[in-house]
Amino acid sequence: MLEKRQFGLGLRKPHYRDFLGGTDAVPVDFVEVISENFMVDGGRPLHVLMRVRERHPVALHGVSMSAGSADGVRDDYLGRLRALVDMIDPIFVSDHLSWSRFERFSSHDLLPLPYTREALDVVCANIHRAQDVLGRTMLIENPSTYLSLPGDMTEWEFLDAICGRTGCGLLLDVNNIYVSASNHGFAAQAYLSGIPADRVCQIHLAGHSQGRELLIDTHDKPVPDPVWSLYASALERVGPVATMIERDDDIPPLCDLLAELDVARDIAQGNLRRAA
Amino acid sequence: MTLTALQRDFRSWLTGEATDAAARFGKRALPGLAVYLNNYRGQLMACLAESFATVRAWLGDTVFDGAAATHIDRLPPHSWTLDAYALEFPDTLEVLYPDDPEVGDLARLERGLGRALVGRDAESLGLAAMAHVDWSAAILELVPTFSLLPVTTNAAAIWSAIAAEQTPPGAAVLDVPALIAVWRREDSPTFRTLGPTEASAIFMVLDGRTFGDICAMIADEVGEEEGSQVAGNLLGRWIGEGMIERIAS
Repeated sequence: MLEKRQFGLGLRKPHYRDFLGGTDAVPVDFVEVISENFMVDGGRPLHVLMRVRERHPVALHGVSMSAGSADGVRDDYLGRLRALVDMIDPIFVSDHLSWSRFERFSSHDLLPLPYTREALDVVCANIHRAQDVLGRTMLIENPSTYLSLPGDMTEWEFLDAICGRTGCGLLLDVNNIYVSASNHGFAAQAYLSGIPADRVCQIHLAGHSQGRELLIDTHDKPVPDPVWSLYASALERVGPVATMIERDDDIPPLCDLLAELDVARDIAQGNLRRAA
Repeated sequence: MTLTALQRDFRSWLTGEATDAAARFGKRALPGLAVYLNNYRGQLMACLAESFATVRAWLGDTVFDGAAATHIDRLPPHSWTLDAYALEFPDTLEVLYPDDPEVGDLARLERGLGRALVGRDAESLGLAAMAHVDWSAAILELVPTFSLLPVTTNAAAIWSAIAAEQTPPGAAVLDVPALIAVWRREDSPTFRTLGPTEASAIFMVLDGRTFGDICAMIADEVGEEEGSQVAGNLLGRWIGEGMIERIAS
């Protein structure tokens, strides 16, 4: 039997009407929203979220915490996020193993970290600070990366160390593993073997694009077959956890994403049957 | 390389395509650096295009994209929210188009509407709030999303035509500068050009003057008898259009 809240979708503007209208709730166990889109003073975005919240549990997924910033996380950001957390009571609060801000510069992109002991100290201090302000543990997501920086450990060893030192959980993005494995030439299965499986609380699935030399995490296509295969492997490793599909560009009708989510359900059910 | 040095170099690459900074990442990093640069600029371009869709329609895609690229070169983002990045784009447009003042007016109007969209919610002004009010002593409080925008051009008419997918009028400078009121009515940002009497009355509201003072000002302008009617019409319109959050005595 799968746990409740097992399969979700990202709540995106083109689907607001689907989620708000009708007498039947959209058949998902939770929705995930980009936190920053709702860290506002008021207006329609928050009104929509509060109404969706009446039907579905909500996960908050951030892109601007900048957990890897050498000069720390910003208190004004954390204060805003805490206010949203208090309003929504989310099932998860997550952000990325990356940095986007340095001094007064905010890139609004998820930039790569070197997996060094120095960076580990910085990231852990920032996550500790964030968890203190938020009053709860966070999930940290593995990123897609496009260059490999010299370091002391692998990404999965780095994530393992973060979880051990901060108590945070993992949001495992299976597509990001696939993209980074392709870009940097490591084995995705080795990644799955190296992560602390018991800390994985959520899985992301998405599509990607082939760039000139590298795979790019574009979230503009259906989940491709190799990522579905890796998802099956991930479930064997971590067991049944909440899974959601991210689609941020070329967003199709909701029914298409629900059909993709059914594929995830089938794979998870198959895994459970094999395990039984 | 320390984390601080790495992040400083990355910033130099993204904001200025600094080749010395890129070289410190090594030759093998160049394809990846190109991806990050493309992502960075693409994200900011998309933010500006979405925030200023009406300005984009007015200028045309090619001209708008050129202006957006200039803005990205001129002003790297510094806030955690992309909403903040759009706020300074009207300043860049005014620098780029000093002889086309409608561009700056249109951009500042679109920025004002964007701000109103996510501004603080107003408390609803129920009928009970208007019972037993001593109007001569009443002080009106405008909704928190209310702002005034001075314009010298017909930007409001251009905006309305583009929003209605009609052919916009040609740009024109107004005979006298005008004030546009911008606010959010329920969930929808809205705006209206104020006439001179209404503009004076709104300034008095913003100054915390009583409705009695406003009536007296209008009476001085148009006469005692017509003044009461004009003041009453303005009050009814403000309440009906959701401009007023609270009436205090």
